[in-house]
Amino acid sequence: MPSATTTRDPAPPACVLDRQGLDALVQALRARGRTVIGPTHRGGAIVLEELRSAAELPYGWGVELDGGHYRVVRREDEAAFAHSAGPQSWKNYLLPERVRQWTADRAPDGELTVRQERHPPASYAFLGVRPCDLRAIAIQDRVLLGGWHRDDAYQARRNGAFLIAVECTEPGATCFCVSMGTGPAAGPGYDIALTEVLDETGHRFLARAGTAEGAEVLAGLPQRDADAATRTAAAEAVESAAGRMGRSMPPVDLHTLMASSLEAERWDEVASRCLTCGNCTMACPTCFCTTTEDITDLTGDHAERWSRWESCYDLDFSHLPGGPVRQSGRSRYRQWLTHKLGTWWDQFGSSGCVGCGRCIVWCPVAIDITEEAHALHQEQLARRAAGEGTP
Amino acid sequence: MTTQARPRLAVFKFASCDGCQLTLLDCEDELLPLAGEVDIAYFLEASSAVEPGPYDLALVDGSITTAEDAERIRHIRAESRHLVSIGACATAGGVQALRNFADVAEFRDIVYARPEYIETLATSTPIAAHVPVDLELQGCPIDRGQLLEVITAFLAGRKPDIPRHSVCFACKRRGTPCVTVAHGTPCLGPVTHAGCGALCPSYGRGCYGCFGPSGSVNMPAMIPLLRSDGLSDQDVLRLLHTFNVAAFAELETTEEAPHRWARPEGERS
Ligand code: SF4
Ligand code: SF4
Ligand code: SF4
Repeated sequence: MPSATTTRDPAPPACVLDRQGLDALVQALRARGRTVIGPTHRGGAIVLEELRSAAELPYGWGVELDGGHYRVVRREDEAAFAHSAGPQSWKNYLLPERVRQWTADRAPDGELTVRQERHPPASYAFLGVRPCDLRAIAIQDRVLLGGWHRDDAYQARRNGAFLIAVECTEPGATCFCVSMGTGPAAGPGYDIALTEVLDETGHRFLARAGTAEGAEVLAGLPQRDADAATRTAAAEAVESAAGRMGRSMPPVDLHTLMASSLEAERWDEVASRCLTCGNCTMACPTCFCTTTEDITDLTGDHAERWSRWESCYDLDFSHLPGGPVRQSGRSRYRQWLTHKLGTWWDQFGSSGCVGCGRCIVWCPVAIDITEEAHALHQEQLARRAAGEGTP
Repeated sequence: MTTQARPRLAVFKFASCDGCQLTLLDCEDELLPLAGEVDIAYFLEASSAVEPGPYDLALVDGSITTAEDAERIRHIRAESRHLVSIGACATAGGVQALRNFADVAEFRDIVYARPEYIETLATSTPIAAHVPVDLELQGCPIDRGQLLEVITAFLAGRKPDIPRHSVCFACKRRGTPCVTVAHGTPCLGPVTHAGCGALCPSYGRGCYGCFGPSGSVNMPAMIPLLRSDGLSDQDVLRLLHTFNVAAFAELETTEEAPHRWARPEGERS
């Protein structure tokens, strides 16, 4: 998938921004007419919102994560990006939960006019895109733009989005990007990548551009050349993060594991705990399913079609003549997990999971995708051990 | 639509607080256009001028608590092409269904000064326990937007879009950080039918279950979650046993349930 912004230049030299430099970055993007979205501390969570200045970043706040558990905690330092897996992801902006697609009006003479919705050009700058989320955006690009039916509205929002990745130096207890090969170092796709460094020498951000526009924006900021100490500290912080992942996947081909686990007993066990509430899919940065909603007014002369987020946990998601195909919670959980880790490969050529841990954190009953994958793996090993040769 | 006779709308009330049918009057901006599209043939809250059936669309609020009501709903059904029961009373028996799990004579003696004047059934039951219903619109009270959706869908001859999924769907779509996960607040969202737009969590409170059970409830998984968020068995019962007591009680049939109700006489199976 080509970058939705401009083409990549040969890597320009890295530079170092301090906190004022970060604020100048926010101001520069705003001056370019961009709406800057980034993390901020509000209502006991680190949420994504429009930032008017870098001062609104959650300096000094971290998160304590576990299955079904999220708490914002005060840190001893003033780090701005020492948090992970918030309640939202960038999909809330790139693929909003409800979007009008067209309207139709019938004139008194009976003539019908159908108008496709024209979406105002969005011009976002996302500040603080985690490496896993950077990959999640690329995955949604593939799903929504890479097939026969392109989502033009998504394309417009995506084209208008300037991505500032921030590498992970403080992974959460539910993170497993290392298993999924998505972090904690930033992969391709960013306009600017930052690495936060906080030590005796001060609080600063190692910055490099990934696109021409990124380089242009960086060039206009108060900065200094990247010194060896900052480069080393940044590299070490990311490397250390890789060794502190809270979760991991079993070291097997997950696609094969899913394909050979369709009748596993584990599905019954997990289904007994799953509320089919849909929180995991709504929080997941790659889940893309929508349904359509048709609205008519009282006169019947005006109609609208909207798309809205939908989920495989909705009983009616698989409704066909005769009723829902996936009636049981078991079949719906299985659909979700096997799609994420297995059939996504067949459909889109990659995993559907980037290891962000959101589905673990935001599941009210702490159902854990990594634990389920491990359990399916163990069950398979046990089955193999018990009956060599039997399927 | 204009050249044909307008569809005839009727609104009937059984045992209820009237809140759900008042939702119709609450549709201020839409009320005038509605009056242009339908013939409001029977709606005592709005007008004492009533016309006899048959009706094209009957909205029924309230539960069945007397022998006369049980008889009256059969007549209404016979007179109505489409019958939609609206609100927790009509779809689940309402808060008055608490009697289903107690001794109604005892309740009556406590509540009324002259209990001998009161003639009532032992249970409060939903409309669907007595007659076939075309659609049940849940909520205590129902949501204005959903009521309009039912009416506009009826007028357009399409299926109304009333998702049966949980309140959590709406909560996430609204962007509210989950109050259970982020604050440990007990919340019935995962088992409750969407429709309110996840109002309470957006104010930092747990869901009270006003809209009754969603289309896909796993109560044995829900109850331990409520307990781990600090509710005692008694608190869990209180939370579940309000406006939709009978509907939730029907789902509490496992070991995990804090209390197993006996299925009351005359309850739908
Ligand atoms: S499945 Fe879970 S861990 Fe994987 S990308 Fe989605 S929310 Fe993140
Ligand atoms: S796995 Fe968790 S979040 Fe997902 S539907 Fe089941 S209970 Fe809800
Ligand atoms: S606050 Fe309640 S309704 Fe919202 S996601 Fe959490 S459990 Fe569901």
